[in-house]
Amino acid sequence: MNQITRLKLKTVLYLVIAVLIGGVIGIGTFTFGYANGASYLKADSKSCANCHVMQGHFDAWVKSSHGKFASCNDCHAPHDNVVSAYYCKARNGFFHSLAFTTGDFEENLRITDYNRGVTEQACRKCHADLVHQIDILAVGELNKDSSERLESNSCIRCHLTVGHDT
Amino acid sequence: MKKQTSQITLPTLLLIVILSAGICFAMVALLTNIFERKQEGRSTIMRVVEIDDDTSDPAVWGKNFPLQYDDYLKTADMIQTTYGGSEAIPHVPTDEDPRDIVSRSKLELIPQLKRMWAGYAFSKDYREKRGHAYMLTDQLYTERQKVGQPGTCIHCHGSTYVAMKELGNGDILAGFEKLNAMPYSEAKEHIKHPVACIDCHDPDTMALRITRPAFMEGIAAYKATQGIKDYDVNRDATRQEMRSFVCGQCHVEYYFKGDQKRLTYPWSEGLTVDAAYEHFEKEEFKDWVHAETGAPMLKAQHPEFELWSQGIHARAGVSCADCHMAYKRVGAMKISDHHIRSPLLNVNASCGTCHKTSDQELIARTENIQTRHRKLVEVALDALMDLIDDINKAKKNGVSEEKIKKAQQWQRKATFYVDYVEAENSSGFHAGQEAARILAESIDFSRKGQNVLRESTP
Repeated sequence: MNQITRLKLKTVLYLVIAVLIGGVIGIGTFTFGYANGASYLKADSKSCANCHVMQGHFDAWVKSSHGKFASCNDCHAPHDNVVSAYYCKARNGFFHSLAFTTGDFEENLRITDYNRGVTEQACRKCHADLVHQIDILAVGELNKDSSERLESNSCIRCHLTVGHDT
Repeated sequence: MKKQTSQITLPTLLLIVILSAGICFAMVALLTNIFERKQEGRSTIMRVVEIDDDTSDPAVWGKNFPLQYDDYLKTADMIQTTYGGSEAIPHVPTDEDPRDIVSRSKLELIPQLKRMWAGYAFSKDYREKRGHAYMLTDQLYTERQKVGQPGTCIHCHGSTYVAMKELGNGDILAGFEKLNAMPYSEAKEHIKHPVACIDCHDPDTMALRITRPAFMEGIAAYKATQGIKDYDVNRDATRQEMRSFVCGQCHVEYYFKGDQKRLTYPWSEGLTVDAAYEHFEKEEFKDWVHAETGAPMLKAQHPEFELWSQGIHARAGVSCADCHMAYKRVGAMKISDHHIRSPLLNVNASCGTCHKTSDQELIARTENIQTRHRKLVEVALDALMDLIDDINKAKKNGVSEEKIKKAQQWQRKATFYVDYVEAENSSGFHAGQEAARILAESIDFSRKGQNVLRESTP
């Protein structure tokens, strides 16, 4: 008798757990799909405007000088290796979602120091031929640590609006 | 296997249940949030009540435009910036003045003002400016009211559009004339609200429009100096111009012309302080006679619109609303912030749109200009005090009437110039160099007045 109730209880509990886990997976999958989650794993610039806060930046980028040649990722993700690129995407993705979900962010949006560093490096990736000489003239021999260059010889201090003039 | 599963205890299972319930809960909450954000993406305006050209109550407009209305109500906030805004001072309500909070007296903060305005109502009561929400009450209970003010004052201290229409049987100009001629106590009976939606917006299209006859006439007179004839502001102004003009309906230098106390903006010669002074000279206008020296005086009001028009921001096409009603995003909608206030309280949205630098840096730049400005105002006021001293002395010493008259004229001019920027509500920021120029001239006029008295008799 005792054994039978225990067996029944166990079955019920396993059923409950299975239902709950299934529920989490189901709702999770739906939410991921509904929020176009997969689009963030690719490099299409359109996905950056999934949340409409970025719509203005996207519209401006389409018309900007860089709109035909560089995507969001080209300027806003690192190019040194895959790990740092996906770290950047994950980091920004998390903080952007957090800010947009809680509504706790300022307009006008301001770039963080980390992301400014990423963008500065990105300018130098495509325009290396042009910028290398300028960088050497400005700070002498180029060290691997680029902070000195960013400080003294920032590209986007003057060319602020090339990407998307909002 | 069997032994293992039987080891799962009831508390463990309960924990798993709670945990996965929590995860489900959070996930659905996130899902709902994403759904709401997507809905916001399709911005909609809901017309829930009909509003027409006679709807003066902003609360009714607020039903259709709740976001703008909520911000509008915030103009009741009292916040101080370094050089502006207002500090809330407790006030024991009396029968005469039922306010429980007032702002600080500027006469105590800047003692020279009392003497500059000697013999005029402003020397009795002059306080820090509060938000739009207080415009009716603060005007009603100021000590200046005891002098007996004309109905003209209500033009800018209340929502007069519907009242003017009713008084003039549909003709706001006729209603305007009637309102001007009333005593203030009578005029205020026709007014229910402080500045409201209908004073700036067309109820059908929400487009900006000018509702104040004094501005229509003033701006037409100014445009005529630019060679533009027959200027109708509601027909000819651009949208960006309107974003300053609606504010310029009230934030201007003005005077009460003639026996009808007709509200007039002195723009017939231009928008500068010099043009205003020239206008008053031509009209031979005086606001009062100085109690100490007997000089015929002018009281400058609050020429925010005029000073702004001389500054770099106006030059660059930046309107009043761009800084004082900066665009903000609510959901997916971009709206003008109707919480009208100092941009220093909203630096990111106001200044940051054009000046891509930190809030602290932007405030520091602004306060740099304002600190220099305040110093110059002090110097100009002190110079004026010296001139008043000298005229008093000269009168005692029997200096010729002709010289005294000349010195009085310089006092009138020096006062008007320093008052023009002191009463202006930006501490020089609206046009820093122009304000400095005006103060330098004021100092010069005080000095010239003193020199007149020192000249040896010809």
